[in-house]
Amino acid sequence: MLTNIRRFFEQRAVLEVETPLLCSATGTDPQLDFFSSFYHCAPENKAMYLQTSPEFAMKRLLAAGSGSIFQICKAFRNGEVGRFHNPEFSILEWYRVDFTMDQLMNEVVELITELLGPDSDSGEVYKVSYVDVFKQATGLNPLDFCQLRYAEYAVNNDIKDAVSLCGDDHSMWLDFIFSYKVQATLERYSLAMVYGYPAIQSSLARINSADAAIADRFEVFIKGVEIGNGFCELSDASEQEKRFDQENQCRQKKGLSVSAPNPVLQFLITQLLSR
Amino acid sequence: MAKYSTNEFKAGLKIMLDQDPCAIIENEFIKPGKGQAFSRVRIRNLKTGRVIERTFKSGESVEGADVIDMEMQYLYSDGEFWHFMVPDTFEQYQADSNAVADAVKWLKDQDICTMILWNDSPLSVTPPNFVELAIAETDPGLKGDTSGGGGKPATLETGAVVRVPLFVQIGEMIRVDTRTGEYVSRVKE
Repeated sequence: MLTNIRRFFEQRAVLEVETPLLCSATGTDPQLDFFSSFYHCAPENKAMYLQTSPEFAMKRLLAAGSGSIFQICKAFRNGEVGRFHNPEFSILEWYRVDFTMDQLMNEVVELITELLGPDSDSGEVYKVSYVDVFKQATGLNPLDFCQLRYAEYAVNNDIKDAVSLCGDDHSMWLDFIFSYKVQATLERYSLAMVYGYPAIQSSLARINSADAAIADRFEVFIKGVEIGNGFCELSDASEQEKRFDQENQCRQKKGLSVSAPNPVLQFLITQLLSR
Repeated sequence: MAKYSTNEFKAGLKIMLDQDPCAIIENEFIKPGKGQAFSRVRIRNLKTGRVIERTFKSGESVEGADVIDMEMQYLYSDGEFWHFMVPDTFEQYQADSNAVADAVKWLKDQDICTMILWNDSPLSVTPPNFVELAIAETDPGLKGDTSGGGGKPATLETGAVVRVPLFVQIGEMIRVDTRTGEYVSRVKE
């Protein structure tokens, strides 16, 4: 599989790169917990973090003008363990310069089809927008949050725990309902792509230019299991900095550790600014 | 009691839920691509035996329950309480009818039962899988009947009623599976 991935990108002239796993700063995503360690080097003995993804290091290369790049490496996420998760795992991350989201989605399909080979029961790829798949499965509009209506749906559909758990947190409601009710409807597709996530779940993705309520981000599912995520990169430094601050605030609210002050992010922001 | 975070959840862990002690049967980690992670847990309420499903936010913590299983010997009943003893320490416990519940019809002096203790008081009693009890009352069987076919009800010395083959007589000892309440065999003394 590794050879096939490398050949796939070699054919498309995407450069393989390697970036550090151990970093002095890490991501701000409120949903990811990271491993930290201490570097025994007096006098600072500063904290070092294992990356949750090579995203930031690779973006620095991009900002420095590397062109399209890919990397296969290890990533670490603290506290994630289950049937489909392991705290240490391999990740394939790649960046395409000047690609549209559609082009990228097509490339993801080509890659997966090639890796799964002709043996996979290759039905057609099911592409659906987040709003549509959510409405089809639940009848609720994911962009229009009404706590009462969501709660009513939860009580009538056997997920009443959501009511006390999610409260008035729109994003958490979406995560809960999507995981319990929507994702199961994707199980019958050998390959499904859900695009146009709500803007409140944009992470580092760009907001859609035509519709500010959704972000240019998609996720890929094989038989209902989420295996990847792609998006159009946010390349506006001030917007990026605002998102980091928001996410760090969110982490603080949740009592999660904050990786501050954040030199890599500072580097990234400075580089974005200097372009 | 210690607190447990969702990433310590595993089958067999005893926690408090809605003021009742519960045992985790199954824990599934759920994580949407970029979103909030959840723990979906199947839990048995140790008081009622009922199994329910619950979802926790990942990282949330819950109070542990001080619940232990212990082998104990059944001693006697005084009408209100059933008395048990830990064979090694001779420590005695008295269980009320809520704790003993359905086990009562299988309890015979000196049998070793499994007791679940919650905060050091009896929560429930599980009788041994097989018990040997004498027939107290049953219709007389006819000569020549074999184990095949019908059978008849028999009341045992503890009051339990089981179906036995026609040839089994009053006063005989039989072996019963307490999990199904079924006759297994006669016991030669």
